[in-house]
Amino acid sequence: MQIIVNGEQRDVSDGLTAEQLVNEMDITGKRIAMEVNMEIVPRSCYAAHIFNDGDKVEIVHAVGGG
Amino acid sequence: MTDTVKDSPLIIAGKTYSSRLLVGSGKYTGNEQTRLATEASGAEIVTVAVRRSNMGQRADEPNLLEAIPPEKYTILPNTAGCYTVDDAVRTCRLARELLDGHNLVKLEVLADEKTLYPDVIQTLKAAEILVKEDFEVMVYTTDDLTIAKELEAMGCVAVMPLAAPIGSGLGVQNPYGIKFIIEELNVPVLIDAGVGTASDAAFAMELGCDGVLMNTAIAGAKDPVLMASAMKKAIEAGREAYLAGRIPRKRYASASSPVDGTFF
Repeated sequence: MQIIVNGEQRDVSDGLTAEQLVNEMDITGKRIAMEVNMEIVPRSCYAAHIFNDGDKVEIVHAVGGG
Repeated sequence: MTDTVKDSPLIIAGKTYSSRLLVGSGKYTGNEQTRLATEASGAEIVTVAVRRSNMGQRADEPNLLEAIPPEKYTILPNTAGCYTVDDAVRTCRLARELLDGHNLVKLEVLADEKTLYPDVIQTLKAAEILVKEDFEVMVYTTDDLTIAKELEAMGCVAVMPLAAPIGSGLGVQNPYGIKFIIEELNVPVLIDAGVGTASDAAFAMELGCDGVLMNTAIAGAKDPVLMASAMKKAIEAGREAYLAGRIPRKRYASASSPVDGTFF
């Protein structure tokens, strides 16, 4: 199936979890936050959260800013 | 601070701070410069922005929060770059998740790219939603008293009028308007944006504001670490001068030496 991660289409296996996506992106353990279809997915729920086809995922972190 | 002058500490959302200088973490050449300048500033509150994570291409990229660890600093996520209520509220929700439930945010909803002036209409709407969602909102706004009072009434924990446009370095453009806000509000009033150099920061503090938030003035200086140190002193000097109470301005001279007892 296809999901959109940070604005880019991504081919992923059916039943992919948020935890698996974070692993695939090599950002496990980093201080990030995730939103799926505009709703926050708490870090504690990554293992249980299963994506659906067409999900829009945003993964963010802190950067320098004023 | 000398022993003779008792200053009340800066308290924002129930937390006490000994520094009245708040700094941003943008525009530095790297994390090490950010770390050194932040340390030299003596600031305890540091703003950060929230942006998309890199798609794993630079997985070993050092994390900003290693340079300014949340255990040491109060991290203040901002809504920089937001031009709508929805974007600002979304950014705050993500920031709260990012920082493990830490709910202090700097709200800014911008009106246009050229001035980066606050859109106060959108800012009021966003503040109302965020306060309802239990965020502690430090709000960037114009130097307008009516808006400042409304933001306070809504429950914002600090009101932060601009000195001048973000990154402009023009210094306080409307000292009388800023003074109205300082006099009328009970929550801390911090000058946010527009400071250019140390004298601007001292001047802002001499008006009686509770603190100054700056980024470009430090990060954009030729020597950011030295400027951070200068700003720390300027904030302290300005605060002490405010507490000391300056002399009134007079049009004519007033001799410093006695007039009586002259032998000539």
